[in-house]
Amino acid sequence: MTDIQIEMKKVSKAFGKKVVLKDLDLTINRGESVVIIGGSGTGKSVTLKCILGLLHPDKGEIKFNGKNIGMLFQGAALFDSLTVWENVSFAVLQQKGMTRERAKKIAIEKLAEVGLKPEVADVYPADLSGGMKKRVGLARAIAIQPDTLFFDEPTTGLDPIMSDVINDLIVRCVKKLGATALTITHDMTSARKIADKIAMLYEGKIIWMGTVKELDKTDNPYVRQFVAGSSQGPIRMSVKADEA
Amino acid sequence: MEPLLNFLSSLGRMTLNFLRATGDGAEFTAKVVVACIRRPFYHKEFVRQMIEIGFYSLPVVALTTFFSGMVIALQTYTGFSQLSAEGAVALVVLVAVTRELAPVMAALMVAGRIGAAMAAEIGTMRVTEQIDALSTLNTNPYQYLIAPRVLAGIVMMPVLVLIGDILGVCGGYLVGVYKLDFNATTYLINTWNYLKPMDIISGLTKAAVFGFIIALLGCYNGFHSKGGAQGVGQATTNAVVSASILVLIFNYLLTEAFFNV
Repeated sequence: MTDIQIEMKKVSKAFGKKVVLKDLDLTINRGESVVIIGGSGTGKSVTLKCILGLLHPDKGEIKFNGKNIGMLFQGAALFDSLTVWENVSFAVLQQKGMTRERAKKIAIEKLAEVGLKPEVADVYPADLSGGMKKRVGLARAIAIQPDTLFFDEPTTGLDPIMSDVINDLIVRCVKKLGATALTITHDMTSARKIADKIAMLYEGKIIWMGTVKELDKTDNPYVRQFVAGSSQGPIRMSVKADEA
Repeated sequence: MEPLLNFLSSLGRMTLNFLRATGDGAEFTAKVVVACIRRPFYHKEFVRQMIEIGFYSLPVVALTTFFSGMVIALQTYTGFSQLSAEGAVALVVLVAVTRELAPVMAALMVAGRIGAAMAAEIGTMRVTEQIDALSTLNTNPYQYLIAPRVLAGIVMMPVLVLIGDILGVCGGYLVGVYKLDFNATTYLINTWNYLKPMDIISGLTKAAVFGFIIALLGCYNGFHSKGGAQGVGQATTNAVVSASILVLIFNYLLTEAFFNV
């Protein structure tokens, strides 16, 4: 059995005239937690959606050797019409012979794993705060014991303390499941905490990849500028809407 | 030369956009049909949509068809009394309501209420990534979201139209008896004698087709909405407008099909 969980070879994707991914190569080994960093509009979400099969690349090859996946969306993407426990157990309820009572029990267990009390189970997502929604989204992602987890900007819109809580939960859940994880973010604090390896995406390509320690020592000017959060350097931010 | 090239360029772009939209629509319809006949079938969603379409649309459909029946009785009397053919009012009310007014009025009302609601709900799900979330949870969005709505539309529209038929004829009866002084018993006997199964069948067939069109276009526009609130708003408008137009076009085609039957 191969140790490679996700492999992207020469993947390209364009929307009209705008080329988002350009011959992108990325390999993620089994059990590894990789974080893709990069500025807004560099193609991080498109990369993730291509792996998930939500978008089809124009060129290239994507191999996914996992069995089942869990995904935490940027806005949590909870189903408004379902209660919290129904959201968490959504995939569990699809399994043959699963009763609603058993599914609710599993949901409450998963909610406990992300630090939420059983009382939250019967509440609707509209009544939750941003941080609680993220936790419920995480509980839903881990409910079916996935071997691969995806996180799309997991700390966006959260205060620093709640961001740290979510980062801790992500690390704990990934370790407990022994899962492979792919996270996209531009939050460097989050990236340092979650990642075994960090990859930098720029102009549709992975321009650098290494460990957190290597990140601090790299000479790559793009990475150094991004990590420093400086406007001075080779990365020029687009200001026109059509270039974003 | 340049204006001609610009004109040809615009024409080409419009043709391509039309062909692309037609192709997308055909692909979407095919996926929905497959989703309707394949397992799993989401019963809970189906029942929820039947209640939404059937029960909650009943007041508006009832009022519309009831008053349409009353109006058609008055207008028919106005015209037919000039030909001394007042006795045909019951027949005209019956045929007009069962074959045309009830299915078309109900469809236009449901397109405004349900088509818009479907586009807004699914559109919001699209822009908040809930539809992507469904895919990552091993659930086919066509089977979970679209098929129950389309099937509920096909099942519930004929039920609404049948109720509309009864209320429309009742409206005509009330005007005939209490406003135009027809004999109540004679009016009812005439209505019963003129009633042909095909009048009802053709109306219910139209209703089922209209139900399919309204739900399909509501879902299609919502499913393909882009951007934020503006995109959802645009999808809602498109759903109502396109469903209303297609209902009227298919009404003619189905009337033509049932014309000599």
